[in-house]
Amino acid sequence: MAAPTDPPGPRPLIELRRVTKTIGDGVATTLVADIDLVVRSGEFVAVTGPSGSGKSSLLYLLGLLDVPTSGEVLVEGRPASRLDEAARAHLRLSLLGFVFQFHFLLPEFSALSNIMLPMRALGRLDDAAMRRRALELLASLGLEDHAHKLPGQMSGGQRQRVAIARALANEPLVILADEPTGNLDTHASEQVLAIFRHLVDETGRAIVMVTHDLDLAARADRQIRIVDGRRVT
Amino acid sequence: MRLVLDIAVTHVLARVRQTLVGMLGVAMGVGFSVMMAALMEGSQRDFVTQLVDSLPHITINDERRDPPRQPAEDAYAAVQFSGLRTPVTRPGIRNPYAIMASIETWLDGAVAPSVASRAVIRYAGRDTAANVTGIDPRREVHVSKLAGHIRQGSLDSLYKSSNAVILGDRLAAKIGARVGNTIALASGTGQILTCTVVALLHTGISQTDETQAYTLIKTAQILAGQTALVNAIRIRVVDILAARGVATRIEAQTGYKSVSWQEANEDLLSAFQIRNFIMYTVVGAILLVASFGTYNIISTITHEKTRDIAILKSLGFTESTVRSIFFIEAVIIGLAGTVLGWLLGYILCLALGSVEFKSPFMDATTLPLYYTPVHYLMAAAVAMTASGIAGYLPARKAASVHPVEIIRGAS
Repeated sequence: MAAPTDPPGPRPLIELRRVTKTIGDGVATTLVADIDLVVRSGEFVAVTGPSGSGKSSLLYLLGLLDVPTSGEVLVEGRPASRLDEAARAHLRLSLLGFVFQFHFLLPEFSALSNIMLPMRALGRLDDAAMRRRALELLASLGLEDHAHKLPGQMSGGQRQRVAIARALANEPLVILADEPTGNLDTHASEQVLAIFRHLVDETGRAIVMVTHDLDLAARADRQIRIVDGRRVT
Repeated sequence: MRLVLDIAVTHVLARVRQTLVGMLGVAMGVGFSVMMAALMEGSQRDFVTQLVDSLPHITINDERRDPPRQPAEDAYAAVQFSGLRTPVTRPGIRNPYAIMASIETWLDGAVAPSVASRAVIRYAGRDTAANVTGIDPRREVHVSKLAGHIRQGSLDSLYKSSNAVILGDRLAAKIGARVGNTIALASGTGQILTCTVVALLHTGISQTDETQAYTLIKTAQILAGQTALVNAIRIRVVDILAARGVATRIEAQTGYKSVSWQEANEDLLSAFQIRNFIMYTVVGAILLVASFGTYNIISTITHEKTRDIAILKSLGFTESTVRSIFFIEAVIIGLAGTVLGWLLGYILCLALGSVEFKSPFMDATTLPLYYTPVHYLMAAAVAMTASGIAGYLPARKAASVHPVEIIRGAS
């Protein structure tokens, strides 16, 4: 069977070239096997597959959180997976945004402060501009009244929207979402999906969303399926 | 840096109880270290002060450090001489007043002659041995604190009668003598003098008060059976730390053995070095124990914050930034604990300084404490170093967390 390929289109933002990830010293376990993938600007890609198939591992490789055992990850056409820890961290900070199943907000910081964290770490904007942008993001996600609330004072859906706002803080090229609606009710899930769709259609960002929910995946522009670490579609 | 500091401060403030426990651990360490150091150095300085005050800074004796060369040794190039007869020399310093005048031309201090002898004091059928020192009261006031130790009468009372004597108060009590009583002084050479007790002396040091008697130089010379004898010249210098150098110069100038207070108490001063070593070891141990508290707290915080660390790293925070956050948390705890410890140490010193002690050998006294910023800075340096190390180890561990493993576990 021929290896699945990605359709041609606008400029590639992230590329995986024959990426394999194995773990374990003695008996090696293959998480991701020989995968090629191109994520282009303005694409909403859903990654599906059964539990333990390697979907999340693939996402972490795309996001430079993990390094492949073999193969290469390119960000904007440049090899990135062999960069040192600090350089990969800088690429994550400036070009990529993560949304996880759990919101992972820092519990001692308000929604506003949580959103400002990546901006402050990157240091591109001054304090006033960072604050303004964080408030705009909150407003765009319908959370303008929750800016000074701690994560513990918000609902699950609100927290996840704050997490999305944080992922968008540095205007990343690609949002990498790992089961972003896994802990949300139907209404909140719909809100998150609507935000993602808006980001892709209106801002030209790319979204790669890992999900085991095929109905959600059907809402993406295209789907790729992973089984036993291999891309099958 | 501001971001790192903000996160660190937020973490520390969010865990009030843990932070307080950590701070108190460091504060206890610093506080007790400051107190210990103040106490140890205070007692040492008090002892040295008493030592320096009660004795002359330099004593020139009628001895020589090396035996004088025999004339035969200078006259003949022989390998060995035997059967030489040692010439009988008269005890005492030759030309003491000329030597004193010569020293006074350059010395920044005061000089006084003295005659030291031993005698048995007899009064009302009681005998007791005593050290009798002949002094010149007019010069003596400049070289010792004797005048300040006189309880009844005065130093000048020695001029009141021909054979006047000042007794230590415990010595007088031992033989039952009072001011105005007549006592007998019997020397080893068989001289017996009838003397009048004109004053009593109290130094607060029981050995001195029980054995010491002072007379005029002339009286002591008669007692020793040698008129014009001066067997010691006592010197007080303005800069007590320069005493050793002054003594060396005098010895080179006069040829007589000249002993500074440092040389006379070399063994004690060496003992102080050991004592200081013990003190700093104890102080270091206290602070080390306190640093374990900091280590424990930073370890706990990093353990509890593992998920936050993973998320910070997924956002793009570098290992060094994460390490800095937890290191700064330890430094904040260490710094706050140190300031609190300074306050605690000062209060402990004040409290200890107010406690009175009574000893059968000394007058009632309070604990001698020495206040100096050096103790505070020293304790702070050790506490901050210990806190830094205690924070760095868990911070390094926290920074090396692999975010994927944590995120997988938490999802």
